[in-house]
Amino acid sequence: MRLAPAKLFERAVAVIALVAILVGPLIFSDYWISALLTQALLFGIAAASLIFLSAYGGMVSLAQTALMGICGFIIGNMVTERVAGGETKGLTLGWDPTLSIVLAIVGTTLIAMVFGALSARSAGIYFLMLTLTFSVIANYFFGQVTLVSGFSGIAGIDRYTPGFVGDIVGHEDRLYYIAAGTALFAYLLIRYIVRTPFGIALQGVRDDPVRMASLGYNVPLHRTLAFGFAGFLASLAGVLFVWWQGQISPPDVGLIATIELLVMAVIGGLWRIEGAWLGAFAFIVINNYVRDVEMPVIGGSFNTIIGLIFLAIVIVSPGGLMGLWDRGAELVAAGRRLGGRPVAPGGSGAGS
Amino acid sequence: VKVTRWQSGFVRLLPRVIAFLLVGFAVLYVVAIANPLPEIGGNWRTTTFGSAFDDPASFVRILLDGITFAGLLFIVASGFSLIFGLMRIVNMAHGGFYLLGGYFAYEVQQRMTGEGFAIAPELVSTWEWVAPLLFASVLVGLIGLVVQQLLLRWNQGQDLRQALITIAVSVIIADQVIAHFPRQAAIPGGGNAASITWPGWTNQLVDLRVWGVEYSLARLSMLTLGVAVGIALWLWLYRTRTGMVIRAGVDDQQMTSALGINIQRTFAIAFFVGVALAGFGAVVGASQGAVASGQDGQWLLNSLVVVIVGGMGSLFGAVAGSLLYGLVFSFSAAYLPTTGDNCCTQYSIVVTFVLLAMVLAFRPQGLFGRVG
Repeated sequence: MRLAPAKLFERAVAVIALVAILVGPLIFSDYWISALLTQALLFGIAAASLIFLSAYGGMVSLAQTALMGICGFIIGNMVTERVAGGETKGLTLGWDPTLSIVLAIVGTTLIAMVFGALSARSAGIYFLMLTLTFSVIANYFFGQVTLVSGFSGIAGIDRYTPGFVGDIVGHEDRLYYIAAGTALFAYLLIRYIVRTPFGIALQGVRDDPVRMASLGYNVPLHRTLAFGFAGFLASLAGVLFVWWQGQISPPDVGLIATIELLVMAVIGGLWRIEGAWLGAFAFIVINNYVRDVEMPVIGGSFNTIIGLIFLAIVIVSPGGLMGLWDRGAELVAAGRRLGGRPVAPGGSGAGS
Repeated sequence: VKVTRWQSGFVRLLPRVIAFLLVGFAVLYVVAIANPLPEIGGNWRTTTFGSAFDDPASFVRILLDGITFAGLLFIVASGFSLIFGLMRIVNMAHGGFYLLGGYFAYEVQQRMTGEGFAIAPELVSTWEWVAPLLFASVLVGLIGLVVQQLLLRWNQGQDLRQALITIAVSVIIADQVIAHFPRQAAIPGGGNAASITWPGWTNQLVDLRVWGVEYSLARLSMLTLGVAVGIALWLWLYRTRTGMVIRAGVDDQQMTSALGINIQRTFAIAFFVGVALAGFGAVVGASQGAVASGQDGQWLLNSLVVVIVGGMGSLFGAVAGSLLYGLVFSFSAAYLPTTGDNCCTQYSIVVTFVLLAMVLAFRPQGLFGRVG
């Protein structure tokens, strides 16, 4: 099999990235591993679920943060135990962690299917509005209902991990490798799903829902299932998130968190899955280093800077970093074409 | 598997029956079942207020709360709906513009009265409320106009990109508001909440002569303002040339501009008015309660719910959506069962979701929305 040079280069970069992640704890400081890279890997999964919906389903969802949080809240309610004397939040059921995680993932996927079914008859910008509404409602739900959370949320979740995971508080590398493994699993699963007949039909629905409907495909069903799958991915990120942060509270599913995930996806590029982790990494590193910086001249905190960066990306390169990457690869290819080498027709992928 | 007509009819009928039963139960609960029990604990019938039969005065008061809140909802959401209907722009910064409007008006009123944070209502004349209102609405509208001309004019039709741009604008506005407002003294420890004061004459209760209900004149003037904005919008859209062009643009944008009409000017006017309405609503909302950081999300949600329920870009849809959401909001907060030891229910947000889900299940385009 012969590959185009750009593809070959891409593969090489991917291999280098994988190796770097694998030997990460040897290269990077503990702070980078436990705070930044683990966070980037797990938010990358959530961003990948958003990009999957956008790239292959034509639906930009703002509910992924909420789904991630719903999974986290379910786990928090199920695993934590009532401590004598302490002020406990949530239901404190004290169930087996493995069972809780399975139930949380299944429950979140089902909730995602309900959200998907409710918004499946709309696409594009309507979908964005509907999912944003669900997300804000989820935020207020957890903020108001003290039975399951209340304003301060649930803490101490990271003490209750399944036996096969073990102690993640003392061993930070452990969570890092779990996050890396889950991220790789999520990435490969998406790559697989989009090549199945379901994935192909979903891309048909994205491009021309009317034609697909007249060909006999059930368009709302495809959208609902795709949303359910994205909810499953988001719930994986949710499990990692509560382990990583140890606690979960309503601001974790708030409007700001929702927008932050969207910013990650947009920085990475809404058209390619790989962009999810790239965007998450870029956002988290930027966020980490400008957090204490104040905006000069007009005043304001790092949020203004984040907003301006986001604005610049949307205006300059709607495809995000991966869009820039692809454009660069195209320019290189065009330069070679000028050199007289013929280009095989139909060589470009369907990803754009 | 062959599906008989009876089976498919049943499958299609079932959600309708469930929805009908749900709504019927909710109405029945409010009218007859609800029952405030004095003892601690309570059961599923325990609410803060009695049913409409037992306690008609409270019922009327909650009904009025819902309708007056709908007036405020309409002012804000009609602006959102106007912009979306004409330009297909989902203005995610609508909540941000709401915040700006509230704070601008607060600053102006503070400067006019010079009274510090808590102004006594008697000291505020009508002009000292109207001037901040006009100033804030126009200034916010102008800022919106600048945003539209700089950031949204050249990418018309790329609706996702425009939504992302307005999200970026909302992030910047929210942060700038925290950095710069309120400039006058705020309540110590109260975050950056600021409250505008209604004119003095509204600070009284009106005897409605129905079951002895006395109702706040300020809330009634909120409703009056909502109705006035509604009538003004109707006259503008249905009785003037600009309104005619806007309606034509909503129906078929390309055809309208092909007829030689300067659609860009119409876009600019509509965007200005839509954003100015967010500022207008903020002044009314901050007079009734307060404006504070974090309300941008709240008001974005309110606008979204109203237009999703009522239908995008429809004036009557905005009226219907505001009324439904306002009523559901006030009745669910008042009548959902309480556990007895807490004062209020926590579950009203669930009812909002149920309202939304029911509308989406039966009319995805909203009550007054058109398909396509």
